[in-house]
Amino acid sequence: MKVLVAVKRVVDYNVKVRVKADNSGVDLANVKMSMNPFCEIAVEEAVRLKEKGVATEIVVVSVGPSTAQEQLRTALALGADRAILVESAEDLTSLAVAKLLKAVVDKEQPQLVILGKQAIDSDNNQTGQMLAALSGYGQGTFASKVEISGDSVAVTREIDGGAQTVSLKLPAIVTTDLRLNEPRYASLPNIMKAKKKPLETLTPDALGVSTASTNTTLKVEAPAARSAGIKVKSVAELVEKLKNEAKVI
Amino acid sequence: MTILVIAEHDNKVVAPATLNTVAAAAKIGGDVHVLVAGQGAGAVAEAAAKIAGVAKVLLADNAAYAHQLPENVAPLVAELGKGYSHILAAATSNGKNILPRVAAALDVDQISEIISVESADTFKRPIYAGNAIATVQSNAAVKVITVRATGFDPVAAEGGCAAVEAVGAAHDAGISSFVGEELAKSDRPELTAAKIVVSGGRGMQNGDNFKHLYALADKLGAAVGASRAAVDAGFVPNDMQVGQTGKIVAPQLYIAVGISGAIQHLAGMKDSKVIVAINKDEEAPIFQVADYGLVADLFEAIPELEKLV
Repeated sequence: MKVLVAVKRVVDYNVKVRVKADNSGVDLANVKMSMNPFCEIAVEEAVRLKEKGVATEIVVVSVGPSTAQEQLRTALALGADRAILVESAEDLTSLAVAKLLKAVVDKEQPQLVILGKQAIDSDNNQTGQMLAALSGYGQGTFASKVEISGDSVAVTREIDGGAQTVSLKLPAIVTTDLRLNEPRYASLPNIMKAKKKPLETLTPDALGVSTASTNTTLKVEAPAARSAGIKVKSVAELVEKLKNEAKVI
Repeated sequence: MTILVIAEHDNKVVAPATLNTVAAAAKIGGDVHVLVAGQGAGAVAEAAAKIAGVAKVLLADNAAYAHQLPENVAPLVAELGKGYSHILAAATSNGKNILPRVAAALDVDQISEIISVESADTFKRPIYAGNAIATVQSNAAVKVITVRATGFDPVAAEGGCAAVEAVGAAHDAGISSFVGEELAKSDRPELTAAKIVVSGGRGMQNGDNFKHLYALADKLGAAVGASRAAVDAGFVPNDMQVGQTGKIVAPQLYIAVGISGAIQHLAGMKDSKVIVAINKDEEAPIFQVADYGLVADLFEAIPELEKLV
């Protein structure tokens, strides 16, 4: 079966981002960019499904600027077969991305779509669920285990306080949580091979999708700084402060 | 303006996060209605009707909603929600699972994990794991929003006397089914809901040493977390990870033990009310955010702390 994986180019998780002085957003000029960590887990899961003989083809898709080709090449080096870039220079909302992915799903007809549970830049945690709603598919969000049998998929999900397993009819949407797997590294020969794999570029216009949004970001500020704390000299003093000054224990 | 709040519950009791969500709804202003979708959830609806400030409770009691599968609940919420100005749910795993599906069905953008209400259409939310705060305005006819519980003080669970109204609509998409669930049997509270969190980092040296933290946590009624370094080193499973790629917590008290304070970790805990750092390296960045810092060997400090609390 065909598996579609969505990946996002985001600021690397090790980078400490800075808010722009004019409060229009976060300064991303000359900042290291990477594949969103949850998307890496999504790619890894698709590759493992292929290695098990369950998946026959892995198509990786990204919606973003032309530089997102780097992340698609990374996914190809990790084992994806071909890539699609829906090129858009604008900052799109989750709903717009979900609509674009829906158009790609209609075109490619995958049996399974895997996304990360959230991107570490917008922290929305929406796209997978929205794509599921738009395509009318079942959704297995925050997956820690994915097992395909016949025409259904059993997804074990991380929920508050434990784990829940649901069974979804295929085609279905799965979003990955941290526990799903440990992503591999791309080897140099695979990075070289990935350069030759096909990468198709599309635009929202070509897909006939409007990316208009009902949300507007008015400003972006730095979070309030914490006031400086104090150093205590002993455990006894710490306990005394927590009990009588902070009153938290 | 009328606001629909989706109750967080397990068919038996109303989860506390619902009270924080109602508090957010009260800040927006207008009548607050609560939807209880479940099976055999009559007691939940009764309890929801007592929440201060709730004007009406809608009870959708149907086998299709037993486990609140989003494929079935989202169409119900979208159908009911059309008549409301706002639809709110707590940013719990359930709320995050269902609400974006509702937003897409209504063809509106969602605003996730708001931490404050500026006006009826403008909200603040953290982005980049809390390293920036965005002010977002929505011009959607129905504003679909998840609420970070730690951003709002809960309303009283008693004192209201709303009417309970049954909703007949039953949606069963027939594309998903509940197989089973395994809830952690730990007596310790859930990490993201705990009032006190004790976390260990690379300084713990190995997984076995976490027993010192468990002992302290049990004494305090706290949950135990870990830094990514501790998880990557294999000391503890990664569902304990606090940080940008793990869980975001904002307890009353956060005790960081043997954690240097990398930004990936700070992103997950810096909204805690009081932060305590115990580390033998006095240059560790964690001391820059700690309200109380103790420079000491954790293997001496933790047992002593356990004795004294």
